[in-house]
Amino acid sequence: MKIVVCIKQVPDTKGGVKFNPDGTLDRGAMLAIMNPDDKAGLEAALRLKDEYGAEVTVVTMGLPKADEVLREALAMGADKGILVTDRVLGGADTWATSSTLAGAIRNLEYDLIITGRQAIDGDTAQVGPQISEHLDIPVISYAQNIKIDGENVIVERQYEDRYHVLKAKMPCLITALSELNEPRYMTPGGIFDAYDAEVTVWGRADLKDVDDSNLGLKGSPTQIAKASDKVRKGAGEVVKLDPQESVNYIMSKLTEKHII
Amino acid sequence: MDFSLSKKHLMAQKLFRSFAENEVKPLAQETDETEEFPKVTVEKMAKNGFLGIPVPKEYGGQGCDPLTYVMCVEELAKVCGTTSVIVSAHTSLCIDPILTYGTEEQKQKYVPDLASGRKLGAFGLTEPGAGTDAQGQQTKAVLDGDEWVLNGSKCFITNGKQADVYIIIAVTGTIEKRGRKMKEISAFIVEKGTPGFSFGTKEKKMGIRGSSTYELIFTDCRIPKDNLLGKQGKGFSIAMHTLDGGRIGIAAQALGLAEGALETTIKYVKERKQFGRSISQFQNTQFQLADMATRVEAAKMLVYKAAMAKATQKVYSVEAAMAKLYAAEVAMMVTTKAVQLHGGYGYIREYDVERMMRDAKITEIYEGTSEVQRMVISGNILN
Repeated sequence: MKIVVCIKQVPDTKGGVKFNPDGTLDRGAMLAIMNPDDKAGLEAALRLKDEYGAEVTVVTMGLPKADEVLREALAMGADKGILVTDRVLGGADTWATSSTLAGAIRNLEYDLIITGRQAIDGDTAQVGPQISEHLDIPVISYAQNIKIDGENVIVERQYEDRYHVLKAKMPCLITALSELNEPRYMTPGGIFDAYDAEVTVWGRADLKDVDDSNLGLKGSPTQIAKASDKVRKGAGEVVKLDPQESVNYIMSKLTEKHII
Repeated sequence: MDFSLSKKHLMAQKLFRSFAENEVKPLAQETDETEEFPKVTVEKMAKNGFLGIPVPKEYGGQGCDPLTYVMCVEELAKVCGTTSVIVSAHTSLCIDPILTYGTEEQKQKYVPDLASGRKLGAFGLTEPGAGTDAQGQQTKAVLDGDEWVLNGSKCFITNGKQADVYIIIAVTGTIEKRGRKMKEISAFIVEKGTPGFSFGTKEKKMGIRGSSTYELIFTDCRIPKDNLLGKQGKGFSIAMHTLDGGRIGIAAQALGLAEGALETTIKYVKERKQFGRSISQFQNTQFQLADMATRVEAAKMLVYKAAMAKATQKVYSVEAAMAKLYAAEVAMMVTTKAVQLHGGYGYIREYDVERMMRDAKITEIYEGTSEVQRMVISGNILN
């Protein structure tokens, strides 16, 4: 079995968030980590590899320094790493990103593609399903459990209060939740091997069947009007009431705000 | 000269740091309080390859260098002195001598199990009457047919009772050197469960309280002739060379303890308010922290340099001795100042610096006291 895992290097939320003048993230200036949902997707792929045997290829699009998350993935047990990087791909929104990743994946053989549900920087949850559309394969999102059954994959898709069990014929795409599993640590030896390994670097010219109009900032239908770091919330409201009245007050506020 | 770490070392550091924070730190206080060996943590470290970091892959290890191993001990010690010494004693004092002096059969038999963490290692040199004076050994090994018969005892043995494989130093006879009769000392590999090998009392210690420190007792303990490690009569130099490596591990432990105490204190002084402002705004606090940070940095340079020396030089006794001497004294100085800057809270067991100060003291004592390190260093410069 061949599994492709798409991962993204995202800003470490522990560090500060910095923006470019055009409102996009200044990724070069921030501490970076592997996106948590993607890491769960990678772990899911590695567990399938442990159980059924598989070749796991990780793909990322990003700056040259995104090489770090590929090495991390290799140190966890992935077999191959591909970095898609090119100036013309910069400033991509979800559409341009999924077009790029699909263009890269068209060069690969795969039975399964696993992506994270969403990245902690953009929070859109669009790239995974869009890739499946570009490649014309089924998608099962929000996976909380993945099993292989012959030519099929059986996935539990999470909902708020239940889950659906879905069966799809491979090749298909699955988007993973960080709750799916507890990702393994790298091993020290794995890290040494990862830095001895060669990471494949692809540019625009290596993408298959993608039009320029779908790439980079120019190919991005989304325009960012304004971006900012987390805005500090107000001081809040302090109310001194007895327990029963407090409960009633909180319930009325939650109802008022349509939270319940 | 480049003082920066390579990308792979930085990534390894990130790994050790996240493991220490997530898996080790939450248990550090409980491990100290209960004085229980952190078995579950050791199993997790085994699973992640931490028990065979500088061991070649052909023997089931991770194939990394001594610097990576040192960084692992350092990061563990930042949050838990106990956990760090388990790794150090196992790796430096048990696996290393087998790799360095063992026959191919011995390496094949013992190292893969040790490096994968399926088995834990320990080292027995110290005896009640033979501490710094390691020549004062009383434990004897007599060859009887195809077996060595061991009699005697060892004390203060780290990983005692928890370990499966023990490197034991014992007297195998007498030799004449420059007209003087001296003990002939040899090294052996002894497995737990061998008849005649038992454990005495568990020591109750000031610090590193979760580390299992036991007396080992040998009563007509018969081990195969082939379990002699290295050549007969070379036990003393094997022990000393092993301790050179061990001292780099302990130096890393001391460094980690100092760094942990410093980090904890930096956080604390920013939060703690007196006279209407945080105590970090007082010049006394600032100057204390400046001294602590400078010494930690100097200790780190010596420890990393010693690790690099182990990777590239045949003899690294002086580098190891300097690293251990300095890092241990820095650990004691920094943890003591950390307690002082915490004031009354620093004396309370709920606060990590209290434990760190108790843990730090042993680094000036075991695997050669600071006085022994000074003997090694001065002996070399006056030679």
